[in-house]
Amino acid sequence: MSPIQLLIKELADQYGRNRESLLPIMQGVVEQEKYLSEYSMVEIAREMDIPAAEVYGTATFYSFMEVQKMGRFIIRICKTITCAMKGKNQVLYAIQDMLKIQVGETTPDGRFSLLQTNCLGLCHKAPAMLINHNVYTDLTPEKVREIISEYMTK
Amino acid sequence: MAISYQLKRADFIFKNENDWEQVLGNILKRSPQDLINELISSELKGRGGAGFPTGLKWKVASELKSDRKYVICNADEGEPGTFKDREILEKVPYKVLTAMVACGHVIGAKEGFIYLRGEYKFLESELLKVISEFEYYCKEINLDFKIKIFMGSGAYICGEETALFESMEGKRGEPRNKPPYPTNFGYMGCPTVINNVETLAHTFTIFKYGARKFYDLGVQYSRGTKLFSVSGDTPKPGIYELELGMSLQDFVYEFGDGDTKAVQVGGASGFLVPRKKFADTAIGYQGKLTGISLPTGGSMMLFNSSRSMYNVLDNYLEFFREESCGQCTPCRVGCQQLLIGIKAVKRGERPASYLDKLLRLTETMQITAKCGLGQSVANSFSSIVENFREEMIY
Repeated sequence: MSPIQLLIKELADQYGRNRESLLPIMQGVVEQEKYLSEYSMVEIAREMDIPAAEVYGTATFYSFMEVQKMGRFIIRICKTITCAMKGKNQVLYAIQDMLKIQVGETTPDGRFSLLQTNCLGLCHKAPAMLINHNVYTDLTPEKVREIISEYMTK
Repeated sequence: MAISYQLKRADFIFKNENDWEQVLGNILKRSPQDLINELISSELKGRGGAGFPTGLKWKVASELKSDRKYVICNADEGEPGTFKDREILEKVPYKVLTAMVACGHVIGAKEGFIYLRGEYKFLESELLKVISEFEYYCKEINLDFKIKIFMGSGAYICGEETALFESMEGKRGEPRNKPPYPTNFGYMGCPTVINNVETLAHTFTIFKYGARKFYDLGVQYSRGTKLFSVSGDTPKPGIYELELGMSLQDFVYEFGDGDTKAVQVGGASGFLVPRKKFADTAIGYQGKLTGISLPTGGSMMLFNSSRSMYNVLDNYLEFFREESCGQCTPCRVGCQQLLIGIKAVKRGERPASYLDKLLRLTETMQITAKCGLGQSVANSFSSIVENFREEMIY
């Protein structure tokens, strides 16, 4: 058994193999792998005994389930109105400049992926972003450079 | 004219009360009928935005016969400019959980879920600790009720109750046709009460202090208090608990920066109110006597005169285009065409009269879209285009 097969089996043992368990199982794979590869989706389908197309169709509905290879740290910067008004672009440019990638890209070393996302529910502390599950608020270009530098050593 | 009403602050929701065990104990001693009556007489309406009477919802679900029923707390707070539910779950989660157990007692459910949006994953571990306290309590008193967290994965539409059920059932979060309503046919086809986080937190207040206390706040048709998420061009962004029924003018006096041009009430799916209408607009549920009354899930975004309303609308439409589930054509194609359309007018590729065509498109969407997302695009679109038409063109 490959490590991913093993992980999927463990998740299925934990959550069950009913259709209601599909999201938790996919989330479990994303938690570890950062994305759902074709291989993992086919394996999830096999483990749960449902068509792989159903797994793919469900996965692609949710913006936190990537089906492209992602970096270890996924930066999701909020682009909705309040963050946009409070200087999101300057923060975004600072990140792009630092990591030399555009939105939707991953650094060649596989460490960072940069994405924009819709309202994070932190409008009173805009602009805001997530790095994996961690929240960062009241961002400025200076502040975001410090945060990213810290992640560069992780 | 709306009745002029000074802002009245309140402090119920975030008041730290260390007596949930006692409150819950008292609730469980009372009969379901008694609790339903208390809720109905408080006139609490759903605080997620739609404003359905909470007591009635519990009543309908309690009257249905079914082996399995569910209580679901909707914590898929995704409306732009809304962040109160996160704060409730962070600061007073035990109020929400008390309410869920109470609801289980009333309708006869043995299982409850908190559908927590993926963006709030960081709340999960603390929340699980509080849940285990409740499970321990329920075990001690031999009450068969379990609460689980179901994590979302980044989809605004899953805040729509039937889309949320679909998502929990492991499917794409596509809204169902209504009726049947969740109280009859909800999660797994079973009778389900689904309430917003804030709604549940209010029931804690009502059960602890009595319906009268809640009813005496606010105005007719809009009883009680409401949390407002204040953001945008304001010197004091944050979460405020205010009595319902206030005039928008008073709100802007309190929270504006002196140069407020417009306020978006109810997030991207709500209405934009321009300065000239502040005095005539009240915040609350629709009533016959209140003039223009705007319901809201609590999102209040202020814009000052430095903001281009075109950029605001462009941002909303991009949001809707991305978050439309794609299931029904009016919404899927409509959101795309509205965005393409306003860009074309702005660039001068289409005449200004094209805006009227787009307004008619939003009317069509309002009638034909399957769920609230597609239906409510018309709210912000028409209120922005009609009030700031010149900014759309030049």
